[in-house]
Amino acid sequence: MIVAQSTLAHEPQATIERAEGQTTVRLSGPWTAPHAERVEAVAEAIASEVETYPLIFDMGGIERLDTLGAWTLNRTRHELSAKGKADIANASPEQATLMEETAYREFQGDQRPRHSRLVDFFVDVGRTVVDAGKDLVGGVGFLGELVSALVRVIVHPGRFRGTAVINQLEQIAYRGVPIIVLISFLVGCIVSQQGIFQLIKFGATPFVIDLIGILVLRELGVLLTSIMVAGRSGSAFTAEIGSMKMREEIDALRVMGLDPIEVLIVPRIMALVIGLPLLTFISSIAALVGGGLTTWIYGDISPDIFLTRLRAAVSLNTFLVGMIKAPFMALVIGIIATLEGLAVEGSAESLGRHVTSSVVKAIFMVIVLDGLFAMFFAAINY
Amino acid sequence: MMLERRHTDPTKDRDVIIRVRGVEVGFGERTILKGLDLDVYRGEILGFVGGSGQGKSVLTRAILGLVPKRAGTIEVLGQNLDDLSVEQRRQLERHWGVLFQQGALFSALTVKQNIQVPMREYLNLSDRLLDEIAMLKIEMVGLNPDAADKLPSELSGGMIKRAALARALALDPDIVFLDEPTSGLDPIGAGEFDDLIATLQRTLGLTVFMVTHDLDSLYSVCDRIAALGEGKILAEGPIETMLESDHPWLRSYFHGKRARAVMAGGAQG
Repeated sequence: MIVAQSTLAHEPQATIERAEGQTTVRLSGPWTAPHAERVEAVAEAIASEVETYPLIFDMGGIERLDTLGAWTLNRTRHELSAKGKADIANASPEQATLMEETAYREFQGDQRPRHSRLVDFFVDVGRTVVDAGKDLVGGVGFLGELVSALVRVIVHPGRFRGTAVINQLEQIAYRGVPIIVLISFLVGCIVSQQGIFQLIKFGATPFVIDLIGILVLRELGVLLTSIMVAGRSGSAFTAEIGSMKMREEIDALRVMGLDPIEVLIVPRIMALVIGLPLLTFISSIAALVGGGLTTWIYGDISPDIFLTRLRAAVSLNTFLVGMIKAPFMALVIGIIATLEGLAVEGSAESLGRHVTSSVVKAIFMVIVLDGLFAMFFAAINY
Repeated sequence: MMLERRHTDPTKDRDVIIRVRGVEVGFGERTILKGLDLDVYRGEILGFVGGSGQGKSVLTRAILGLVPKRAGTIEVLGQNLDDLSVEQRRQLERHWGVLFQQGALFSALTVKQNIQVPMREYLNLSDRLLDEIAMLKIEMVGLNPDAADKLPSELSGGMIKRAALARALALDPDIVFLDEPTSGLDPIGAGEFDDLIATLQRTLGLTVFMVTHDLDSLYSVCDRIAALGEGKILAEGPIETMLESDHPWLRSYFHGKRARAVMAGGAQG
């Protein structure tokens, strides 16, 4: 029944009549949710004004009653019951059922415990530390599983899934080339341009070539590639494996006697370990080309001189430092992505959360690992 | 359709709450509903059956305005849906609640917050009343009060259906649309859910439009059944009418092996 404009003027009402021996509260109007404010106000007024008992709620005049109205009446009756009897009368059969169904009961309040902010803060920190520890243990455990799966594949070469590896290589390396070339080229340009602007003050512009050569080959190439791959392929792994987990496809593999790690994860991680160094190489070259072009335009250094100077500035180990790091980065990205994928639970929301955390953790770990390598190579004077 | 009502119709003088006339709905080249007529009467539980892909959900969605129709009229509570302004439409939407097949609970909100969403949107309630009414609905649908602060992902299938029903009932609607309410529930859970629908229908004076495949539900709670096929209503009426019909699809549906088992069970019980 649509509440037309005219009935909006109707409001829930109550009149209190005191007769010998009992008080009658005559209720009228619509006692429904759209009039909630008025329903509550009238109920409160009744509770405060009634003085003599027993009390009768005369429901004969009520036009419409819904759960909200019935509940409010029952609550009022309950509040008054401490002082004396409060009954209902003249209720239609439907109203009586509704009144019975909505009989007053206590609801437990919010069950979640509340603490002070300080406690919450420490709880949060503690939980994060424990989670990080568990991640580490999980990661190491998973590395072990992965290595044993790899060994099994090596021992039984028949179980090696060449097609899957090639397919993944296409996804990770081949399709990743354009974007990685583009960003590396641009970063090469930017670094070299800024280098020129600073070094020109000392009249040492040609040293920008040393700067570019060493920076790109040792650090930038592998870092840019790893971050890009973590974003592109790490997230894709987590999403693929996570959605397979969600739809019980991983369990299906397991009951068919196939090892999900061997089938799904080994090919992906192998492709990463092969693909990431390749991409790193391409990225370094693109960045050097970008740097070379910029030194030509901004620093008036011709490509000939650039190449000669570059050859003098970098040695094989400069190049190798970058390349050695690449497979380790690939392993870290792969392990984090698959672990997050396997941690996905039933809902799509959980999938989204794990994809995000896979990318964030992978990028974080890539940078931490790069820092560790920097210290390591410095220590061994490489 | 009119021929099916041979004996005097007890529903004749009753209030029509949903009136569907000549509705056509199609997607691209395919027409799914071809001039469908249907009446739903106030206070009844209408079971809506039909083969897969015949358009049961399409009709429900057309009434709810989720899919556009190509022709025909749909009147709900005496108002033609095409003539309503945005504000009138909003007013009308308060009068129906929908239980989607998968529950469609908002996954980021707890059960209680889910139930409170329509109440916050449409009603001006005090915080205390908001909490109490939500808890009341939770109890009315037979959920444990503990479930109130749980997220949908922490609930079982049956609990999700109940929570979604509580949300559908949040505004004390006149009409409730149930899309396969017992699908995915075990027979005991399904039976309990049927009883719950019947109880709530009696208590709250609901009109229930129930899309279902569950023969048990059709036998135990539905006042009337409408069968959809070939884009039209093949037959409508109480279960007896369905059993008497000699349309091939209805015969295989209501006289199949599974139907006989239900009937036999009903006769013994």
